[in-house]
Amino acid sequence: MNGFFIKRMPKAVIISLWSALLFLPFKGLQAAGLLFLFLFLALLVITVASRLSGPLFRTAEVIRKNAAGLIPGDSRYLLLLILPALTLPLFFRNYILDVAVLAGIYIILALALNVVVGFTGLLNLGFVAYYAIGAYSFALLNTRLGLGFWSALPLSVIITTAAGLVFAAPALRLKGDYLALVTLGFGEIVRITLNNWDSFTKGPNGISGIDPPSFFGITLAALSSFYYLVLFFVVLAVIVIRRVHASKIGRAWIALREDEIAASAMGIRSIRYKLYAVSFGAFWAGLAGCLFAAKMRFISPESFTFMESVLILSMVILGGLGSIAGVIIGAVILVALPEALRDIQMYRMLALGAGVVLLMIFRPQGLFGGSSASRS
Amino acid sequence: MFFQQIINGLTLGSVYALIALGYTMVYGILELINFAHGEIYMLGAYLGIIILGFFTALGLTAYNMPIALVLTFILTVFFCASYGFTMEKLAYKPLRQAPKLSPLISAIGVSIFLQNYVMITQGATDKVFPSVAGNEGFTFADIHITYIQVAIITVSGLIMLLLHAFISRTRTGKAMRAVAQDKNMAALVGINTDNIISITFIIGSGLAAVAGMMVSVYYGLVNYSIGYSAGIKAFTAAVLGGIGNIPGAMFGGILLGLIESLGAAYISSEYKDAYAFVILILILLVKPTGLFGKESEEKI
Repeated sequence: MNGFFIKRMPKAVIISLWSALLFLPFKGLQAAGLLFLFLFLALLVITVASRLSGPLFRTAEVIRKNAAGLIPGDSRYLLLLILPALTLPLFFRNYILDVAVLAGIYIILALALNVVVGFTGLLNLGFVAYYAIGAYSFALLNTRLGLGFWSALPLSVIITTAAGLVFAAPALRLKGDYLALVTLGFGEIVRITLNNWDSFTKGPNGISGIDPPSFFGITLAALSSFYYLVLFFVVLAVIVIRRVHASKIGRAWIALREDEIAASAMGIRSIRYKLYAVSFGAFWAGLAGCLFAAKMRFISPESFTFMESVLILSMVILGGLGSIAGVIIGAVILVALPEALRDIQMYRMLALGAGVVLLMIFRPQGLFGGSSASRS
Repeated sequence: MFFQQIINGLTLGSVYALIALGYTMVYGILELINFAHGEIYMLGAYLGIIILGFFTALGLTAYNMPIALVLTFILTVFFCASYGFTMEKLAYKPLRQAPKLSPLISAIGVSIFLQNYVMITQGATDKVFPSVAGNEGFTFADIHITYIQVAIITVSGLIMLLLHAFISRTRTGKAMRAVAQDKNMAALVGINTDNIISITFIIGSGLAAVAGMMVSVYYGLVNYSIGYSAGIKAFTAAVLGGIGNIPGAMFGGILLGLIESLGAAYISSEYKDAYAFVILILILLVKPTGLFGKESEEKI
């Protein structure tokens, strides 16, 4: 036992000292000292515990590995959620419904990004661009031309899909991280343009006075009716995306994700199917943008930053790339968690950043993903 | 007016070049876009303020300003190099064998983490760097060159020369080139690739720290969000010169600085931040290998 400690001691001291050193300039001497003590003790406890309970750790590992299979990754389980979702407004007041509406919008966005990143394997870091184009088209059609919800919505979605095609057509020749960077560039250009084109988009002031949706002449101003509207679109998105995923097109997407060269050799036209994926994703992102504009009744470029793209991407990664059920749960978690933990709101993005890194290292397939997402 | 913009562009460009070197070296070796590299630059800018503030509290700046500045410089570089080293060990090394996009996503996570870490510890408002040499300088005709601009251009030039000598002349530099060419082969001939990767991150982060500190002296203002846009611009510079190509990154940085300051003066200053993205997209679409990059065939 003594030899064991002497062997482990220097490593624990070095790790704790190094962390304290990195902490020093931003947190001061006292915090760094505390961190050193805390880390050192924690490392000692961990080494002793792992020494004493080697078998216990191994059991935990086995449980962890098998537990992944117990969590339903199949989207059919989602049917179980329909009843609670339908009755939600009966039990909860406005605040919860507000969060639920937001969660619904993010679910559609995350499902849309999942088509591009999860199914087809094209990393998109500027997905918020489509969301923004959908929201702005809707807002402009509504406030400038006076179009109602049901006529502005399809038009905005068509505009967004077209924009998706125009952006993607030249970019899709690129692969992997270069494609990711180009999409990021598109996202930023869209935001900067929205911010500076004062005469058209009112710049940083944003567009206000967007009409709430109406249904056969009845204005859906009440939160609960808007909730059902969003729920309808979420269910629609899940059904359509599930069907497309199971179709010939969906299989082509997965084939392209797994091995583009092999897929091309089997006769799949890679550019064409990638264009389908991007425009299909843009379609749903545009729809989510319309819902967002109609919900907030005010939009500004501030809602469409790079961080928003990262947030949507985190939802997809957290739930599990390519898994519809996982992505929905990922979106709900990332919308609900910060609301539940209001007091530590400040640390939200800090935790998100650390969480993304940990997820990539320990569980790259996400919490609920089971499929082997492009192992090359 | 035109020459004034050239001087401003050169100053800005040499800073971009220093950051771009870090991107290009890491990409050359790991094929990883180190998205968090811009944040190291931001940490450098903050560390400059924090450490100089510490020396002011000790009374060293009042006693001897140049010594205080040099010490600040050394400590800033030391700390940033440590951050870069640790970042690689914690966030990228475990992902060496992972699918190619995993390290990129991890790098985005690191970037968000560092940004928010600085925002929480240092506040969201701008920090002011104490004025070192103000606006003093030389004036020819109607062109005004400040001492700070001269210092930035000279220091960056010197550092780039040193780096070039290091990579082309020393044993370690040779090993770095070997690892960049073929990691497995380099390991077979006895190069410790993990060490070389660490050295690459240390050098890259040190350069970013120099850039960060010089920018905070130049502008006098620092904010936790400066790393993102500077990072993207420097990455654009690296792509412009052909990613993985070290002289290319230097040239690309200076070219981008010139384009930005001339564009802001003659085209539109509101869209100043969009130029880098437009150039990035154009160059990736038209000539992804950059101005000096070699064509590389895809390995099946």
